[in-house]
Amino acid sequence: MSKVVKNAEEAILDIHDGATIMLGGFGLCGIPENCITALVKQGTKNLTCISNNAGVDDFGIGLLLKTRQVKKMISSYVGENAEFERQLLSGELEVELIPQGTLAARCMASGYGMPVIYTPAGVGTEVAIGKEVRNFNGKDYLMEYAFDTDFAIVKAWKGDTHGNLIFKATSRNFNPLMAMAGKITIAEVEELLPAGELDPDQIHTPGIYVHRIFQGENYEKRIEQRTIRKTN
Amino acid sequence: MLTKEQIAQRIARELQNGYYVNLGIGIPTLVANYIPEGVEVVLQSENGLLGMGPFPTEDHIDADLINAGKQTITTVAGSSFFDSAMSFGMIRAGKVDLTVLGAMEVSDNGDIANWKIPGKMVKGMGGAMDLVASAKNIIVAMQQVNKAGQSKMLSKCELPITGIGCVKKVVTEFGMYEITPEGFKLTELAPGVTIDEVKKNVAGRLVIAREVKEMTFN
Repeated sequence: MSKVVKNAEEAILDIHDGATIMLGGFGLCGIPENCITALVKQGTKNLTCISNNAGVDDFGIGLLLKTRQVKKMISSYVGENAEFERQLLSGELEVELIPQGTLAARCMASGYGMPVIYTPAGVGTEVAIGKEVRNFNGKDYLMEYAFDTDFAIVKAWKGDTHGNLIFKATSRNFNPLMAMAGKITIAEVEELLPAGELDPDQIHTPGIYVHRIFQGENYEKRIEQRTIRKTN
Repeated sequence: MLTKEQIAQRIARELQNGYYVNLGIGIPTLVANYIPEGVEVVLQSENGLLGMGPFPTEDHIDADLINAGKQTITTVAGSSFFDSAMSFGMIRAGKVDLTVLGAMEVSDNGDIANWKIPGKMVKGMGGAMDLVASAKNIIVAMQQVNKAGQSKMLSKCELPITGIGCVKKVVTEFGMYEITPEGFKLTELAPGVTIDEVKKNVAGRLVIAREVKEMTFN
């Protein structure tokens, strides 16, 4: 039952040009750093990336944008990235912006085997254009489809050889949802342990959703907004 | 006229003991600094945290622990972490008692625009559309007049809207308003501001409450 692969290069080897991939993380928190680096190295092109954000100019998904490997981004918020904005305004990059909760629910629906969800987010706005609206109990909801994605790439704190995952603090964010949604799910973890070392009660993502796992290295964990207070 | 801090301070007086509260980026974030004594609230951060604490000291910075504004933060006693689906699940299900948001425009029927300026700012809506579509109580904290001197309180939003008919109250440098079927209803004035000045700076329908209080600050 071992899902273990050697490293990021091996894990992403069959991600082909034109693939649709999900990348976990919120801002730069909990992003699969090793796999992003490997994708840049592999040079895979025309990717459709589903991710809450698009990284910054020189880190995260920003690295894939810089090398022009991304054809389309599906995200909820893409500020903080000048190269992204340039490609968007010049028409080189396709972008679909969707509400953050809708993004999460569409991942969840996929992993739960449900074709659609109904959400009030975006009713009456440009997000609703072309979408079915249904009224339940006096309130309007938009019908949104579950994502159909070739690969999901997530980052966890700890994992075991069966692919069970545990996330740390707010680096959890979209990771467990995307892990459930991939036809092939790749997990990179800070610490990879033998099956049996993780408490089954503490698992966030059961290994059934994970196809490949490896222990990542050299995590930079860059901080976007370093905010501190002086004293206690 | 109220400062940004005073806008936050006034909104903080709307907090009630036991509230779960989501604070947006900008002035709303400052509300956390003015939680009244004896009132216990739990702050929700939509990236997956209930029980958001203050910024960390230098030696407690954790890259895995940020808020929805991507700032490093801390937890408090009783905090919990969860994924983004559950985070917006609790928002959609109406579990969050109060949401405080910034806005570019508000209309007199409670529509809000705060996510896009066509051709200029196309960063995305983040969680704003989910929040405004589901929150039971939304208070907008904003400057009433833009840099060009135009009112941001309109009869109809000109910018792409984030949500319809959802705003309950607006607090600006001029005062506090409730959204009513008759339009913006001025209920409280900022110190030193006259009703005439308010009238000049509201572009939508405006009604004046029978008794308009003047706000006081310590």
